[in-house]
Amino acid sequence: MISLTSPVETRAHHWPAGAKLAALCAATVVLFAQESLGFHAVVFAACVCVYRLPGVRFFRAGMKGLMVLWPFIALVLVWHLVIGAPVAGLVVGLRLLSAVALANLVTMTTKLSAMIEVVRWLATPLRRVGVNTRALEIGIALVVRFTPTLADKGAQLAQSWSARSRKKPGWKIVMPFTVLALDDAEYVAEALKARGGLNQ
Amino acid sequence: MERNLALVALFAALIAALGLIPKFTLGFGVPITAQSLGIMLCGTVLGARRGALAVLLFLLLVALGLPLLAGGRGGLGVFVSPTAGFLVGWPVAAFVTGLVVEKWRRAPLAFVAGVASVIGGILVLYMFGVAGLAITLKKSGAEAALLVTAFVPGDIVKAVLAGMITAALAKARPESVLSRA
Repeated sequence: MISLTSPVETRAHHWPAGAKLAALCAATVVLFAQESLGFHAVVFAACVCVYRLPGVRFFRAGMKGLMVLWPFIALVLVWHLVIGAPVAGLVVGLRLLSAVALANLVTMTTKLSAMIEVVRWLATPLRRVGVNTRALEIGIALVVRFTPTLADKGAQLAQSWSARSRKKPGWKIVMPFTVLALDDAEYVAEALKARGGLNQ
Repeated sequence: MERNLALVALFAALIAALGLIPKFTLGFGVPITAQSLGIMLCGTVLGARRGALAVLLFLLLVALGLPLLAGGRGGLGVFVSPTAGFLVGWPVAAFVTGLVVEKWRRAPLAFVAGVASVIGGILVLYMFGVAGLAITLKKSGAEAALLVTAFVPGDIVKAVLAGMITAALAKARPESVLSRA
């Protein structure tokens, strides 16, 4: 399954995922604590530079990820212009851009397997006290495995709808879609049990 | 145990798959998709605990970097964006929706599931969503609430659909509607 990790290999791809996540947490806390326009302008400029370092392809993908924020930024700027506090509006807008840019940066430079390893590590204290975290690991694997399968079945339902009706398939296919998911779940449960279940 | 895990995982996958059904966006970048219908169904079909777990598992995979949110979004960035409050509210919404269906057994399931979806999937969810908007955009609660009122009619339609679909599922697969098991 396609993840949001960038195919452009950067140096940050090889840094430990846990360290990147911890740094991201710290950076986000600092971003939300600071109120100075100069600080936020410098941080955002630095973010843009960091995105540019690995090349044009990485830069474009990164900027595309930030484009979803434009309605919010526009809204905040107009709002703050109307109430006569444009500097505060710029601070909110820049903070938002930097926070999302930094978070996306971690996602773009960390492989799914490395992220799952961090989740496993975070669950260590649970295992120590006797909680079975295998269910979580199998659950992650099952979702990754079944999302494309279900999406495919959904597309087939939409096609068979289109073959019978002139109208576009809408909410009415959600019910049979859910039945398919429920039936698959029963088969998967049987298969898991047949392979020894969760308590191995 | 295995059955619970399979249902939780398959419903998490169902939420993801519903996000792939073509969407339409109504201003402010909040996509209106079948995905939030999936959140309601998690509660009405799986019940409070399993429904919330399915949504949590789905969100975990989004955070790990899979593009499972409507419009192919995902990764850690969505959890600091203005709509993050809605994501945080999703598991709570599924839990409350499920809880209402589990506890209120005297009315027809379609009606109960619809009302439960309004309580969990709209009232509870919007409290979180509005708080998220207020924090990230530095607005007051009332101002933030104003921004999302446009989405309430669409969500009421979804709650009605969730009620009808749940009742239909209870007929097709009575043993699988665990909120009433």
